[in-house]
Amino acid sequence: MNIEDLEKESNEGVETLPLAERRNFLKMGLMVTGVFLGGSVLSLTSADTAKGGTADSVIPAEGAYPYTKHYGMIMRQNNCIDCEKCIDACRETNHVPVGHGAWRTTIQERLTTLDGVEKQEFRPILCNHCNRPPCVRVCPTKATYKDPETGIVVMNYSKCIGCKTCMAACPYNARYFSHDKYAIDKCNFCLDTRLSMGEKETACAAACPADVRVFGDIKDSSTEIYQLLHKPDNRIWVLRPECGALPNVFYMNA
Amino acid sequence: MANNSIANIFAETQDTSLATPAMNRATIFFLITIVAGLSCGVASFIFGHEAIYNNTREVPWGMLISTYAFWAITSTGLCIYAAISHLFGGTRMAIVSNRMVWMSIVCIMAAFATIGVEIASPHRMIIYNILSPNPTSNIWWMGTLYGLAVGCMIVEFFGIVTGLARIAVILGTAGAIAEVLANSCLGGVFATLPSRPYWYGGQLPIYFLTAAFLSGACATILFNYLAYKIRGKEMSEAVKNGVKSAGKAMLLVLILYAVATFWRLVMYYVGGDELGRIAASALVSGPLSINFWVMEVCVGLLVPLLLIILSRLENIAMMAFAGFLILIGQFVARYDLVAGGLLVPVSLGWDNAPTYLDYVPSVFEFGVIIGSISVVCFGFLIGERVFGKVFEQKEHH
Repeated sequence: MNIEDLEKESNEGVETLPLAERRNFLKMGLMVTGVFLGGSVLSLTSADTAKGGTADSVIPAEGAYPYTKHYGMIMRQNNCIDCEKCIDACRETNHVPVGHGAWRTTIQERLTTLDGVEKQEFRPILCNHCNRPPCVRVCPTKATYKDPETGIVVMNYSKCIGCKTCMAACPYNARYFSHDKYAIDKCNFCLDTRLSMGEKETACAAACPADVRVFGDIKDSSTEIYQLLHKPDNRIWVLRPECGALPNVFYMNA
Repeated sequence: MANNSIANIFAETQDTSLATPAMNRATIFFLITIVAGLSCGVASFIFGHEAIYNNTREVPWGMLISTYAFWAITSTGLCIYAAISHLFGGTRMAIVSNRMVWMSIVCIMAAFATIGVEIASPHRMIIYNILSPNPTSNIWWMGTLYGLAVGCMIVEFFGIVTGLARIAVILGTAGAIAEVLANSCLGGVFATLPSRPYWYGGQLPIYFLTAAFLSGACATILFNYLAYKIRGKEMSEAVKNGVKSAGKAMLLVLILYAVATFWRLVMYYVGGDELGRIAASALVSGPLSINFWVMEVCVGLLVPLLLIILSRLENIAMMAFAGFLILIGQFVARYDLVAGGLLVPVSLGWDNAPTYLDYVPSVFEFGVIIGSISVVCFGFLIGERVFGKVFEQKEHH
């Protein structure tokens, strides 16, 4: 039967459907619901407050965050030229000491070979402000916690006992022991030094001349970070996804 | 009045045969080494932890954490065997259980002394563990449960000394449960960190418990042997039987521990995270290989196994030496576990990061270790001197 003939037929409606057919339809519906319901009950990845993307995506699910704002950063990694202006700006803004492995953000480098040509590759790193932060879970005194307003992982230095478990737990080596504070210190997306003063960007993002670091609210569809994250052509990745920390720092090539 | 009654208690519990110049000299020697050793740790509060210890951003934990784990695990083992003996009465080890309770308290004190100078701000721990507890933190549970355990054991020991058997049994059981749970949480501290594939996984808490049963049995044999050695006395048949029972437990758990160690290492080579495999290779063929093959496998496993077989579970001195060697192996094993998890950089492949990071404990760290060993030696001697009569149990509870 071709499509023209089919179009001439009148709709037979649902009144004439036999009972057996209705039952089969209902059974199928129940089976589909059951599979989904069972799946979500058994799923170990669905936490109350922490949502990441699907198994094959690192981009967060939309509308799934409990914070008023949800700050994140995306690195256009291949734009980085290792000028270290971000590191200097961070040190100055957040009074990060020099030496003893103290940094809140840094740039990693390595040599890669592309088509037989050696090439220097740079990768800026900082605290990933994870949705399921291992550091926050392990802290015995809640000295480090997710800021309920912004989702930023922050420190309450006066509660830090210096057990260094958060340092061992962090998949990104984002924490260091600060002699000045006699506590663990880390990046807080300049929450106290810039964001709370009305600035829209972190010091590192503002200082970057190569437009590597894009900072913003990933809940807000008007932000650049949102656009970059959700543009279908962009290949986005995160560091150490196998740790299940659901990081909020993303990477792409411009 | 109160002083009198305490003096009366001590008059009944002390062993005056140990009031010798040699014993006094040994006790004072260990007291001095405690002060000297732990001063190295106290120095960290003056000069800064990062200046005194060789830990870095990349290797935040080192020999102090592993030594803490070693003493805590040994304490758990001693406490478990003592509680089983007290609770079920009929076991042959009941005859030496009072000494085990005391040594369990002493070992946990050595653990606390070590961690006390490792943690940067222990005063904040005392305040905020209570005011701002985090129930998802293994460290919080571990600290709280070990604190609870030591409280129970001190009251238990008071019950033993004053003859309040009922209190001793109830508190001993509560203390042992707290110790087992604390030990489990200690394993969990490492086991629940996906960022460190060498530690991550469900095996580690059970592995730590197995190590507790092993170290506890070794310590039981060793301390009982030494207790009679310093007195120049022969063990009674009942005590010998008790120690032999501990010998059987030591042999059995040594085999279980060896099996667990074998499979633990094999797992890294059949798949999983590359960082885990590299860490395992640190032990098998890397910077920790001498520690592993010589100290863990030969000194801590094969030689003691041979000695236990040669002793036919009869020769107490030989078993005590085997127990001593196993404890050395366990000490190194804890170090290798902590170091193994941290020596592999998380940013491997970047920044010319070496395959294995460099960590060698500082002189100050070694000082603290000597201090913690001295705490146990001092505690042992003081226990024998002050509570010697309590340890000489005539019959089962």
